[in-house]
Amino acid sequence: MIETLEPIIREHPFFKGMDDRYIKFIVGCAKNKRYDAGDVIAREGEPADKFYLIREGMIALELMIPNRGFTTLETLSDGEIVGWSWLLPPYQWRFGVRTVRPTRVLAFDGKCVRSKCEEDHDLGYEVLRRFACVTAERLQAARLQLLDLYGASV
Amino acid sequence: MSAARLQAGETAVVEAAHLDHLFQALTKKGYAVVGPTVREGAIVYDRVNSAAELPAGWTDEQNGGTYRLKRRGDNALFGYAVGPHSWKKFLHPPEQKLWQAERGADGFTIFQEKQVHPKYAFLGVRSCELHAIAIQDKVFLQGQFVDSVYQSRREDVFLIAINCGQAGGTCFCVSMKTGPKASAGYDLAMTEILQDGRHHFVVEAGTERGAEILSELPREAAAQADVQAAENVVADTARHMGRTLDTAGIKELLYNNYEHPRWDEVATRCLTCANCTMVCPTCFCTTVEDVTDLSGDHAERWRKWDSCFTMDFSYIHGGSVRSSTKSRYRQWLTHKLATWIDQFGSSGCVGCGRCITWCPVAIDITEEVRAIRGEPGGANNSGRKEHD
Amino acid sequence: MALPSNSAATSSSGLDPMVPQPFRIERVKTETDDTFTLELAPMNHDERFSFLPGQFNMLYVFGVGEVPISISSDPGTLPVLRHTTRMVGAVTKAMGRLKRGDVIGIRGPFGGNWPVDEAPGRDFVIIAGGIGLAPLRPALYRLMAQRENYRKIVLLYGTRTPDDILFRTELERWRGKFDLDIQVTVDRGTSAWRGNVGVVTTLIGRSPFDPRNTIALACGPEVMMRFAVAELQRRGVSSDRIYVSMERNMKCAVGFCGHCQYGPTFICKDGPVFRFDRIEPIFNKAEI
Repeated sequence: MIETLEPIIREHPFFKGMDDRYIKFIVGCAKNKRYDAGDVIAREGEPADKFYLIREGMIALELMIPNRGFTTLETLSDGEIVGWSWLLPPYQWRFGVRTVRPTRVLAFDGKCVRSKCEEDHDLGYEVLRRFACVTAERLQAARLQLLDLYGASV
Repeated sequence: MSAARLQAGETAVVEAAHLDHLFQALTKKGYAVVGPTVREGAIVYDRVNSAAELPAGWTDEQNGGTYRLKRRGDNALFGYAVGPHSWKKFLHPPEQKLWQAERGADGFTIFQEKQVHPKYAFLGVRSCELHAIAIQDKVFLQGQFVDSVYQSRREDVFLIAINCGQAGGTCFCVSMKTGPKASAGYDLAMTEILQDGRHHFVVEAGTERGAEILSELPREAAAQADVQAAENVVADTARHMGRTLDTAGIKELLYNNYEHPRWDEVATRCLTCANCTMVCPTCFCTTVEDVTDLSGDHAERWRKWDSCFTMDFSYIHGGSVRSSTKSRYRQWLTHKLATWIDQFGSSGCVGCGRCITWCPVAIDITEEVRAIRGEPGGANNSGRKEHD
Repeated sequence: MALPSNSAATSSSGLDPMVPQPFRIERVKTETDDTFTLELAPMNHDERFSFLPGQFNMLYVFGVGEVPISISSDPGTLPVLRHTTRMVGAVTKAMGRLKRGDVIGIRGPFGGNWPVDEAPGRDFVIIAGGIGLAPLRPALYRLMAQRENYRKIVLLYGTRTPDDILFRTELERWRGKFDLDIQVTVDRGTSAWRGNVGVVTTLIGRSPFDPRNTIALACGPEVMMRFAVAELQRRGVSSDRIYVSMERNMKCAVGFCGHCQYGPTFICKDGPVFRFDRIEPIFNKAEI
């Protein structure tokens, strides 16, 4: 099983350029998982110890708003990384994660990656740099969403 | 007195005292003569019926934000530079009804406005103004679409150029290569000579119909000395330009300096009053107004002069694209000196200096360009204040 | 950019370009709560109106005013002419109150066109934001009419909410019939929405097109196009294969009033469709 995951991880743009030994380590933290449509992967506020790479499907990031119900902020799909809450204190999910469609993911043991990053700062740099890029892209996209570009005043 | 019929390209001498014959010859041919005349402390362009209505013995003193008429020591008829009007007032009227429409049982019917205007003769067109007219010809007649209003007025215009005997305080036609000598596009070109008690015009026929009119006037053959005197007048004018503008690489200069601090600096002075665009002989922007009467059954479409300095000019979807003064001034100057070249194949500026004279805060286009080039000579050529 | 020789607006046809021609409203369709489509036919039956995808008309509402609106119909089903309009100001709101049988004035068509007839063998990525799908619809029709000439055709469409999705039935039909890869996303979902949520630019990164062989067309709010272009460039699509549709204040549409100037271009004559490399120097500059 580890053999089949390695090429997927090594080839993925997110991990590209990572040192061989780190790839092998990451692979050791990874597991295939499969979800049905509507499955809750994480709940807002719960301890965050995992991150995911979507292999196929669609995931919604949501917040529970009392009078509106579960409100989707953003959806992510094939090839995208889900979850940065595991990386930064207080290591709690800042949003809920739920599948929209049947979805296959690679689930990564974030706790394990975290402690290895503390030991080996070079790995820490590689991981943080990549997640910084993802969060920057998400921030930009969120800003555009905020602008309500198609709204009445535009 | 010569009696033989003149040809295009020939020159004759006409006494200033005989200038009324020119008016008569033009009127006989059905032209309405428009020329310079004094009104409310300025020399403007309006209908003139005789030489007596010309600004004899007047000159103008022009500088940044300054225009004054002063008495001359002589009786020159054209001893001044250009005033707040330009010939675009007649060729590209400030207000023009395009059509009217009547609502009917089944929709509406449009009646295009018939162009009704006199056949004009422009008397006293400066070389810079000939260039300005040629520039507007390019915009309105030589593009994909033809402006029928401009075309109708421009078709029959008889142009009598005057070679400037005096450079204006804000003139820079030499820098823009648009004068002071009228080189093309005229039916007649006159140079006024006042010398040794004599007062006459050396007149050159530029076209056949110009020669025809000139043939009707009492005249003498032009001697070499007369032609030389005329050239001396123009050469002298060229040496006394009020301003200069270096046009080398100006398009690239402005394209590469959209964020130059000078724009912020000029924006602290510019009032966006739009005077410069009103007096500029090449500015052509207009707006279209659709209006209706109280009954709602009768609508009209009007075209009116507009200016890129207004907030409305660039309004879309609830806001103006150019809302800051900086962006509007930058748009005007960059269009005039740079993007115009890409659009129409020449500069949009003819160096007449009107924008400098009529700016209430004396913003000087030549100084702004100098500042953007980074040359010393302006009061403040970098603009942005440095903070420690 | 070649202009159609049978343009109703040219002086060669004897019509003054500032005089509208009467067209009757044959049908009014409500698309969303602020967007509607007019189906129009010329009242002068000799009128042979024709256009290319990407062109626009000036639509005149009697006594109210005139606005530039892109043509949103299929050039292949002329003489049917459609305009999809959003109510944003006095004229478009007045237009939105018109009914079947009413008459509006039309001048046009003006402007240049999407490059949908010039590139056989290419992939096409079409990015539409909000009402921007309307000026792109004729391009889509044209591509569908020659489907075998192209490889992958992808439509990435973003709008405000699921209720604002335009041409829903048509999109679904195309998806099924023509091998058109359509991804729709909304800025804000509803509880019933099971599709993408997020800005349309996020769809670009995920889309499986070959950047070396792709022509991209983008139309929507300028900010959206700015970020869409940045994403396309990041994916490796070169600037000379990206086309955008620009918009500015417009009064005459024939290059005389000066309002639509965008740098050295007149959007009415040199645009509204621009090959991106031609406007790249000024595209990201403020207040141009």
